[in-house]
Amino acid sequence: MRAQFVLSEIGVGLRRNLTMTFAVIISVALSLALFGGSLLMSDQVNTMKGYWYDRVNVSIFLCNKSDAESDPNCAKGAVTKDQKDQILGDLEKMSVVDTVIYESQDEAYKHYKEEFGDSPLASSLTPDQMQESYRVKLKDPEKYQVVTTAFDGRDGVQSVQDQNETVDNLFELLNGMNWAARAVMALMLVVALMLIVNTVRVSAFSRRRETGIMRLVGASGFYIQAPFIMEAAVAGLIGGGIACAFLVFARYFIIDHGLALADQLTVINFIGWDAVLTKLPLILATSVLMPAFAALFALRKYLKV
Amino acid sequence: MIRFDNVSKVYPKQTRPALRDVSLEVEKGEFVFLVGSSGSGKSTFLRLILREERCSHGQVHILGKDLARLSNWKVPQMRRQLGTVFQDFRLLPNKTVAENVAFAQEVIGKSRGEIRKSVPQVLDLVGLGGKEDRMPGELSGGEQQRVAIARAFVNRPKLLIADEPTGNLDPQTSVGIMKLLDRINRTGTTVVMATHDQNIVDQMRKRVIELEKGRLVRDQARGVYGYQH
Repeated sequence: MRAQFVLSEIGVGLRRNLTMTFAVIISVALSLALFGGSLLMSDQVNTMKGYWYDRVNVSIFLCNKSDAESDPNCAKGAVTKDQKDQILGDLEKMSVVDTVIYESQDEAYKHYKEEFGDSPLASSLTPDQMQESYRVKLKDPEKYQVVTTAFDGRDGVQSVQDQNETVDNLFELLNGMNWAARAVMALMLVVALMLIVNTVRVSAFSRRRETGIMRLVGASGFYIQAPFIMEAAVAGLIGGGIACAFLVFARYFIIDHGLALADQLTVINFIGWDAVLTKLPLILATSVLMPAFAALFALRKYLKV
Repeated sequence: MIRFDNVSKVYPKQTRPALRDVSLEVEKGEFVFLVGSSGSGKSTFLRLILREERCSHGQVHILGKDLARLSNWKVPQMRRQLGTVFQDFRLLPNKTVAENVAFAQEVIGKSRGEIRKSVPQVLDLVGLGGKEDRMPGELSGGEQQRVAIARAFVNRPKLLIADEPTGNLDPQTSVGIMKLLDRINRTGTTVVMATHDQNIVDQMRKRVIELEKGRLVRDQARGVYGYQH
């Protein structure tokens, strides 16, 4: 078999259906970009889960003197040593609790200063205005409700906060976006496949003279089909390349530059380049194989060999 | 070369068979005319030989092979030993004469050296030497059919199938084409030709096989056309 002959046939075929080829390229590019985006979004959620969930504490804030005056939860006055011991004892008895860290008023003041620096509010604070707290690390971060229900409203406890509340909203948003991306991807995939099938059909029809002669002189089925399959694969590969470029640019402009989320949302741990680069071979392979199989399927229907 | 044993062909969704219990044999080197009115089964007969169709009953042997037992992927190998010529020439309009002939060799993977050698040779044989670079559209009908014959013959088939090769040509041009087919036949190639051309059949005095409504009604050595329009 002569490669040059097959290659020239592919070139002729792609040029003949230029508009169709473009449609295939664009739909493949879009669907695979969404596919990659969805994969990366999942990665991002996992990365963030790791970051947050490692550090998540259920924080039990204890009443201080000023709370006793202003907060209805602390109507019975500031927390006493007995109450603190009681709470610590109960926490340590709970099976879901991994470790408990006590944060004193001075430590809380120090952490606050670290976080907010010399802002006007921070400079007017004094250590005795801070709250003592128990920072609780759980064995299973998803089970924070157990701690919340056990300690909320107890004497000496001002509030129980689980950091998950805010985080979960973010995760829900990301997951929602992920599902939306997948839905659009599935739709684009169907469009891409139908376009490929149609392109092959048109291509097979416009070349029926050639293929008819090829059949009669005894060209093998593979030899007759190869140009069509290669056409679809080449168009798909171009689309896959565009999808890859899109993902790389997206990572570059959204996280590092342009939107520069990495600078603005320092609290979030973003996915690295490795996460993006490891997706590219998968996308390229899909971009070649999927159209090739679609073409093969179409040929079985539209091209007699 | 060709052997039909009690061959019948019924197309799907049709009750009347296109071929009914046809048995015959064509030996190597023969020249056979296949005659009969339209719808008599000539085309089906040729399509069975080319294995474009499979027979419903009976057995078709081509070049010693039982086509029913020939697996699909071996069909191309079988077809390489057959040449085919049609009434409508079936040339590729955007390729030159030489390219059209070379196409038949390219697609079965012949080397470029082989192609360069055999294409001018076969074009000389069919009397088109010097017209290698012309486009089919610039040629007369007779010349186009010569290109088609060159393409059918360039791979040196053992059997040449011609489906009304003179159907679109005037009588004088037809005689030229027949002379060419006769010459090819004399090189040892078996020729089976379906035709409606009474003059040609009567002049050539070759074996005549006549089909009528799918049945073999006449098989005559050195026969005449016989069938009246």
